[in-house]
Amino acid sequence: MEIRRRKNQIEISELDPFLAELLRQIPASANTEGAPAAEQRIFSPPINGKETELCAEWKMYVEPELRRLFQTATQTVGADLEQLNGNEESLANRTLRIPTKHADAWLSALNQARLVIAAKNNFTELELNDHLHSPIGSRRDLSLFQVNFYGFLQEFILRELDD
Amino acid sequence: MNAEPLSAEVAGDLIAEIVRPKSAGTSTVGAPTIEKETRAEEALDVPWHVVVHNDPVNLMSYVTMVFQRVFGYPRDKAKKHMLEVHQKGRSILWSGMRERAELYVQQLHGYLLLATIEKVS
Repeated sequence: MEIRRRKNQIEISELDPFLAELLRQIPASANTEGAPAAEQRIFSPPINGKETELCAEWKMYVEPELRRLFQTATQTVGADLEQLNGNEESLANRTLRIPTKHADAWLSALNQARLVIAAKNNFTELELNDHLHSPIGSRRDLSLFQVNFYGFLQEFILRELDD
Repeated sequence: MNAEPLSAEVAGDLIAEIVRPKSAGTSTVGAPTIEKETRAEEALDVPWHVVVHNDPVNLMSYVTMVFQRVFGYPRDKAKKHMLEVHQKGRSILWSGMRERAELYVQQLHGYLLLATIEKVS
């Protein structure tokens, strides 16, 4: 896999089917449905302690806005990922082009996905920092790889935004 | 988070009620008694902190970028706060009026950071 900036696009080329599939899973991975731990992490309370009035107002007025914001980001990413539609064979050596104006949506969707996966799997800080962990021998290992792979993409996009 | 301001129409009615003559033909208007709502004023005066808490998932570079964007901090200052969050578990990013503090926390949640408001003790 190669990743580079080309004019107004971030280009991820020579994608193998496995990484292409991981990319395609970003929107689904960001979904908190049926995962209370993930829901709690993504929509954390605005205050610690017992200020129930603020928390109730937050749930009523702020949370729906945040939901919309997050959903818009995953929809943008989902639309970009349509470039990777197809069967496994046709996914070999595919190229994904992300318009740089979508960079913020990608950062958000990747972050949502990483947080949701980490919350669902209850990863420890030690596990998350173990970047040399290998090989992938279980569903949990795969999820950890997914978190790290998405983190790598985030780092690249952040670097590009910085330049 | 706060109550909506009075509409011009309602405010006008209230003023008219206060300055209305006691009876027809009376031209003197008594000064309105203004009750001080000391508790509410005190609550508004107390500054609030915007605190960001450590989170093992969010990338350091991402957190730094968010601090720059939300608070307009220069990179060095944003990085200093990010490192404080990472090393000490939390950092106070801003202090001031509650309404603005809530707005900052909302923005930080929009970037998926763990942030809360705290009353300055």
